[in-house]
Amino acid sequence: MSLIDGRTGAWEIVIGLEVHAQVISEAKLFSGAPTAFGAEPNTQVSLVDAAMPGMLPVINAHCIAQAVRTGLGLDAEINRVSVFDRKNYFYADLPQGYQISQYKQPIVGRGTIAIELPSGETRSIGITRLHLEQDAGKSLHDQHPSLTYVDLNRSGVALMEIVSEPDIRSADEAAAYLGKLRSILRYLGTCDGNMEEGSLRCDVNLSVRRPGGALGTRCEIKNVNSIRFVRQAIEYEARRQVEVIENGGTIEQETRLFDSAKGVTRSMRSKEHAHDYRYFPDPDLLPLKLAEDFIETIRRTLPELPDAKKRRFVSAFGLGAYDADVLVAEKETAAYFEAVVDARDGTPRRDPKIAANWVTGELFGRLNEARLDIARSPVAAPALGGLIALIADGTISGRIAKDVFALMFETGKDAAAIVAERGLKQVTDTAAIEAEIDKVLAANADKLAEYRSGKDKLFGFFVGQVMKATQGKANPGAVNDILRKKLAG
Amino acid sequence: MAVDKDTVTRIARLARIQVPDADRAPLAAELSNILGWIEQLGEVDTEGVAPLASVVDMKLRWRADAVDDGFIPDKVLANAPDHHDGFFAVPKVVE
Amino acid sequence: MTTLTDLTIAEARDGLARGAFSAVELAEAHIAAIEKARALNAFITETPARARADAAASDARRRAGTPGPLDGIPLAIKDLFCTEGVLTTAASRILDGFRPTYESTITAQLHAAGGVMMGKTNLDEFAMGSSNETSHYGPVENPWRRTGDNRPLVPGGSSGGSAAAVAGRLALGATGTDTGGSIRQPAAFCGIVGIKPTYGRCSRWGIVAFASSLDQAGPMTRSVRDAAIMLGAMSGFDAKDSTSADMPVPDFEAALTGDIRGLRVGIPKEYQVDGMSAEIRNLWDDGIAWMKAAGAIPVEVSLPHTRYALPTYYIIAPAEASSNLARYDGVRYGLRVDGETLDQMYENTRGAGFGREVRRRILIGTYVLSAGYYDAYYIKAQRVRALIARDFTEAFKSVDLLLTPTAPSDAFAQGDKSNDPIAMYLNDVFTVPASLAGLPAMSVPAGLSSAGLPLGLHLIGRAFDEETVLRAAGVLERAAGFTARPASRD
Ligand SMILES: [Mg+2]
Ligand SMILES: [Zn+2]
Repeated sequence: MSLIDGRTGAWEIVIGLEVHAQVISEAKLFSGAPTAFGAEPNTQVSLVDAAMPGMLPVINAHCIAQAVRTGLGLDAEINRVSVFDRKNYFYADLPQGYQISQYKQPIVGRGTIAIELPSGETRSIGITRLHLEQDAGKSLHDQHPSLTYVDLNRSGVALMEIVSEPDIRSADEAAAYLGKLRSILRYLGTCDGNMEEGSLRCDVNLSVRRPGGALGTRCEIKNVNSIRFVRQAIEYEARRQVEVIENGGTIEQETRLFDSAKGVTRSMRSKEHAHDYRYFPDPDLLPLKLAEDFIETIRRTLPELPDAKKRRFVSAFGLGAYDADVLVAEKETAAYFEAVVDARDGTPRRDPKIAANWVTGELFGRLNEARLDIARSPVAAPALGGLIALIADGTISGRIAKDVFALMFETGKDAAAIVAERGLKQVTDTAAIEAEIDKVLAANADKLAEYRSGKDKLFGFFVGQVMKATQGKANPGAVNDILRKKLAG
Repeated sequence: MAVDKDTVTRIARLARIQVPDADRAPLAAELSNILGWIEQLGEVDTEGVAPLASVVDMKLRWRADAVDDGFIPDKVLANAPDHHDGFFAVPKVVE
Repeated sequence: MTTLTDLTIAEARDGLARGAFSAVELAEAHIAAIEKARALNAFITETPARARADAAASDARRRAGTPGPLDGIPLAIKDLFCTEGVLTTAASRILDGFRPTYESTITAQLHAAGGVMMGKTNLDEFAMGSSNETSHYGPVENPWRRTGDNRPLVPGGSSGGSAAAVAGRLALGATGTDTGGSIRQPAAFCGIVGIKPTYGRCSRWGIVAFASSLDQAGPMTRSVRDAAIMLGAMSGFDAKDSTSADMPVPDFEAALTGDIRGLRVGIPKEYQVDGMSAEIRNLWDDGIAWMKAAGAIPVEVSLPHTRYALPTYYIIAPAEASSNLARYDGVRYGLRVDGETLDQMYENTRGAGFGREVRRRILIGTYVLSAGYYDAYYIKAQRVRALIARDFTEAFKSVDLLLTPTAPSDAFAQGDKSNDPIAMYLNDVFTVPASLAGLPAMSVPAGLSSAGLPLGLHLIGRAFDEETVLRAAGVLERAAGFTARPASRD
């Protein structure tokens, strides 16, 4: 918990998040039109999505399965009976004049998400509910001086609205919650988590109170569409509310917009008429009933989720908590790491700690520089595994390996091919190393004399000279042993 | 439940129906009359009765997740009172 | 060939099969009749060119030897069914100029069965009404006149145009839709047969929605056999309607055996409402006697919540309608009346586009769903609706069918009830309970009132048991021997 220092004392921030996550599906929630992003306007639209007279909704089975899968992933109750309601309001991009949503009886009930804070502390945030609903279309206000343009491509796309309990106490916690939720959804394959394309959108409910005191009046900040903006919006809004109260004002319950250009929240003009959504069960649909075997089939195909994976990386692979967190955050990273380690029947083929260092060190560094994500890494996981194997069996040294990795990243070739083609195989032949050492000692008679007169520190100098002469290929252990003997005379 | 003129104004606003001022009072009287007649439902003992959820005993049918619709922008826009560049057009909205 | 318009569907089917006349001749006879009867205002849109094309295609199919069950039969389509490329209005100004780019499932099925579309019939605006006086396209006249009184009468509603078209010999059959009695009451007022099948029997896809949990399409014809034939073509599972029943469609015509021996016919005592006229009471008694004479067993039953059906209906139907009609907003189709802002455009469009009764029902529906009233009105009504449905379930434990009058009176004059909404609503007192319970129900012409106007008897069956309803209706039809014809046709 991080408190705000006000003029009149400390304030606690109370936050609940409503996240709208677009369900990964081919077709929309109640029609057979596609869900693809970025298409020409009004092309991904059926007559149902455009709310033509007499059109009727028919529910997409996969979207139901995705909601159940997400519910199971959040350790939540799956409601065997849920109901689709109409939420009635008028807006240009809401063709039916209502949104089909779930109000009193959502498909998923209470669950939890564990979050890790920068301090290393872990907290559990309650999930109130998850329900299925339709997305609206898109209004474009900047295409024409006096008109708003409406594109219905998104109209009817399935969303999961995931509502948290007001358990969040800081911008850090909100960011951790959102990051963790995104990670879980992506592991489950139920939402791609792409905040830029709007696949994951966040509304922030925020109020302030005296620490542990009675809840204050909350404001809802709509559509805060990146984790960074969520932080900014929370910090701004919490300060604003404290100032209003400390200046003798009161907070009015309202909907606010986050202006990402200015970093401020502002009241929405449309609040002038209070909403009265007149929810009632959609008479075009019957109650949604889920059979036990439907739920169990989904439960059996749940993947290992980030928390469980992290525990396994720590316990079975001996990784530190920090490395494990970094590796499990994105499912693609975790999958890559596991492919490098190649632990068939639980026995790692490569040393997990070394693999973790390579992935979070060299690989991340190179990917960052090249602005690539791990899915498009020029070095595939088995290739990095192959490189680590060459180090382990003494074919190349760790130093040479970094050069080999750089070449792999540039050329896409595998480690063994590069080592062979460039003659980078480690020299372990002691006679050849001895010969090189003799040459170095002969060329540096003065340094040899100094060493022998007690200047031990020059040992490193000789190692360096030998490695340089052998272009790094000499086995460092052998160099050390032989050099020590020769220097002793 | 008597409906007054302000209530007519409020619900007409919710329903986005322009009702001329002169019509509001008479409409309030009409609606009050109808709602008064409806109120006889109060006599019925519905203690423990679940609201009807579906008229006939049916199971909600599920559709497969397949794209079999869309790609008909001409049909979607065919009857639009105003459209530009493939978009429906409405008076400018200021948020 | 004036007699062509007097045929039943079954007779026309046989005549076409025998080659006694062609589909084109049949269509031409009806096109001529429609032109002559424009004073009835039964049609909003006549489609003679389409009828001629459909008929020619039908004759070609027949020559090829592959006619469908309704091949060449002239049909009128209630203008609540969306028809591709043909103006579809729901009798509302708000759908000005709307030409659907799609065809409703039912009209597509009728077309596939060989039906010939004569035009789109008038109705109460958005099917809200019992007299066909709320249409933006003007009222429909009942082809019948009172004896010795030439005042125009209402055809009933909302399927008043369809009823007038069939009674007036402008089509051999018509589609109707029934939300609280909109097929059965106009059928009774116009002296024809109308059946509202079980909710879920006929697809709602492509029919302009009024109240989704109640709306059900059905045929309106001049005989019970015709109703059976046409219902067969209209019925069936539709994957595009989540409330469509995935059940086989029986051979309804085959159900007309005429044998109702041993059938237990319930006579609900609560349908003897206050002020029921003697002639309606007598008609009902006749019906009971006819059934008994045919070997059925009349049984008095109780449906204790009957009197609450109308107020329940007048919460649920407007509530659903207020939401269903939100899509008429001037953005994607139909009327737009400009405004400075989006909200003003909505208010102007909807204010100008909806007529008085529609506006009244949207406001009632909005009110009963609004914050603070939802539980008291909407939820209460859904609880009472559950009790009404339970009444029927209980009754059907001891009987196979229910017999009641269709409407509390004969057809009334235009303007008589249009200023008293509740008096108008009371027209549906006998038809609304079956609608609330989703049960199949049918009106059969059974006699004439003292004013010489048709009166109907009403049969209500178990869910998905249209066969028993049709079989009993056939028996009533034969016993009643209803042969009277509308005055305007004499
Ligand atoms: Mg929200
Ligand atoms: Zn939502």
